[in-house]
Amino acid sequence: MKARVTVTLKNGVLDPQGKAIEGALSSLGFAGVDGVRQGKVFDIELEGADRAKAEADLTAMCEKLLANTVIENYHVDIL
Amino acid sequence: MKSAIILFPGLNRERDMATALRRASGHEPAMVWHTESEIPAADVIVVPGGFSYGDYLRCGAIAARSPIMADLVRKAAAGVTVLGVCNGFQILTEAGLLPGALMRNAGLKFVCREVRLQVERADTRFTSRYAKGEVFRTPVAHGDGNYFADPETLARIEGEGQVLLRYADGTNCNGSVNDIAGVLNPAGNVLGMMPHPENMIDPLQGGTDGFRLFQSLFAGDAEKAA
Repeated sequence: MKARVTVTLKNGVLDPQGKAIEGALSSLGFAGVDGVRQGKVFDIELEGADRAKAEADLTAMCEKLLANTVIENYHVDIL
Repeated sequence: MKSAIILFPGLNRERDMATALRRASGHEPAMVWHTESEIPAADVIVVPGGFSYGDYLRCGAIAARSPIMADLVRKAAAGVTVLGVCNGFQILTEAGLLPGALMRNAGLKFVCREVRLQVERADTRFTSRYAKGEVFRTPVAHGDGNYFADPETLARIEGEGQVLLRYADGTNCNGSVNDIAGVLNPAGNVLGMMPHPENMIDPLQGGTDGFRLFQSLFAGDAEKAA
């Protein structure tokens, strides 16, 4: 089973890297970019076919390691 | 008093830290590898600076989940003095021992320079050899030292006196909220700080302002001797 975990910064957390990317996009001539927030994507392969168990395991992985919940949100998709 | 230094792959300030601890305590600190399950009996445990696991995932994130950390968390809960410097501060926040998080520097640059730190409290085991309000010099060297805490956490730690060190005189070099350079846990026995006091303990390093932090750690010895 394949899963994708997306980790993004919470609202209100300053993202200097996103700001720098936003500036670079505008200097490349892309008009109308209103904001950029940088995040992380993890593609994870899991053994077994139990979706409910996979979802519970992936949530635990996010809480314990993949995301720092002080500053980040996470989203789990089973593909 | 005995001390111990926790070692992770990729740290690089452990020997500077060992020198500071040895000079302040008169004893050689124990060096404890991260795969150990128990830290030898020590009054002071230090997590030094560097780049554990190459800063993969988030600074300090992988180290914070190492086998030795379970014992560090246990000993911190039992009241042992714990100091985390630079990457050590990041590791302690990732381990949940300290509030907040360290983010990429606001200016996106690695900063290696001298800052000035204001001591907010002198009634702690880390700062008893300083005066409240005193400002001292210390170097910093980091890319991710931008202290962040949500408004509720910030109000709580400011209210409870957990902010121990602040960048002073306009030397906040990383965008840290409220100029925070060092924070305590609620019990006051765990301190994390971004600057490197261990690199300001000898005239050859340009000053000795940082040495009193280490003398404070072992102040109990002097009181016993007196």
